[in-house]
Amino acid sequence: MNADLALRSTLYEETVPGGGHTSFVLKRSQLLRITDIEGGANVSLMLLNANEKSERLSLPDTLKGQHTARLTAGHCLYSDMGRVLAAITADTCGWHDSLGGVLNAREVAEKYGRGRYQELRNGFHRNGHDNLLVEMGKWNLNQQDLLMTLNLFSRVSVDAEGSFQFESGNSSANDYIELYAPMDTLVVLTALQHPMDPNPQYAPKPVLLTWQQVASDGITVLCRTARPENGRGFHNTERLYI
Amino acid sequence: MILTQSQKQPEAASFRATIPAGEPYLFEIRAGQTLRLLDLEGNQAVDTLFFSAANPRERFDPQRTLRQQNRVYLSTGTVLYSNLGNPLLTIVADTCGRHDTLGGACAQESNTVRYALDKRYMHSCRDNFLRAALGDGRLDKRDIGANINFFMNVPVTPEGGLTFEDGISAPGKYVELLAHMDIIVLISNCPQLNNPCNAYNPTPAEVLVWD
Repeated sequence: MNADLALRSTLYEETVPGGGHTSFVLKRSQLLRITDIEGGANVSLMLLNANEKSERLSLPDTLKGQHTARLTAGHCLYSDMGRVLAAITADTCGWHDSLGGVLNAREVAEKYGRGRYQELRNGFHRNGHDNLLVEMGKWNLNQQDLLMTLNLFSRVSVDAEGSFQFESGNSSANDYIELYAPMDTLVVLTALQHPMDPNPQYAPKPVLLTWQQVASDGITVLCRTARPENGRGFHNTERLYI
Repeated sequence: MILTQSQKQPEAASFRATIPAGEPYLFEIRAGQTLRLLDLEGNQAVDTLFFSAANPRERFDPQRTLRQQNRVYLSTGTVLYSNLGNPLLTIVADTCGRHDTLGGACAQESNTVRYALDKRYMHSCRDNFLRAALGDGRLDKRDIGANINFFMNVPVTPEGGLTFEDGISAPGKYVELLAHMDIIVLISNCPQLNNPCNAYNPTPAEVLVWD
């Protein structure tokens, strides 16, 4: 066990099967590791302030504040209120997508064909829009609260003309991303294929969620210092607790 | 980059209004009407949100819009899709050639992050959105998602960088949109004074509507 791991205790672990959705409050100073178990997973993610849910992940503020369209270690995921909902403290994958969003039921039926519960039971064709909406409904949230989502483990690049290219093989087995919460953050996620993944088969991959308690927020030093903007973002976040 | 002119004559417009620099403006257009946004003095960010008038919970969805066209910039031919998967409007003319929908609108809170903590008390687009939305009564904070920045040039690089380039708009450049349903248009004519994209000089913009 190295020094870094000695400062962390694992609180819980759970596997989200492909197609699954879940939500939970990642409490201040907890860390969530999301591991791509088999390689080729995709996780659509939405974040909100657990204590004031009208404050939520703003990808535009996240992207323009850090001059990036891709997300990786050192980046912060910002709310629309200038606070850090989560800091990406580690990432072995290198590129998480902010462009693709999620499909709705009609788009999934067009892409993969009909896949009803009646025939397929729990292997039925789910879609990111409904999965996230259902999970958000459990917190009394609705359509208003579902904004631009992040797609973890996926890469969409943009060429000189502005056209998109989905890059297959971005994430390998056991690649992981770590999200540290400097405030109480409601995490809503679903493990489904990226909307631009060209695979014509409905075959979402599982991911492993690992909750850890972090003894010191020294773990955020890379994110805090990556850009002066992030130092101010953490300052805004810490003001919640004065 | 392809520029497309419109044959529509300003004299024939059924409605015209000038939005002073830094002001919000909320109005409606009907299905079948054409909306022109006119950059009067050049490189003015016209931060815009679109909602279905029949169901204001249905709104512009940037990720679906980009995905459907497989391209990151908005220009002629772009169909603006809603969060429910329906076409809201189509860009039918564009003399600027590129518009952004990743950079979002400025806010007091994001200004503290982007520029300095003491920029909090400067005027901002999202304050404008809230003022107009709450004054209108059909929209609130939770309806305010990612907007379009008409006339702004925000390239994405192949390495995944997001850059804020000098504007490519100019006085008299415009973009025209055909409405596919009755639409609430919510504009903030951006008051940002900290960003060189508008030469630190917010200016008026005009809206024109044809039946």
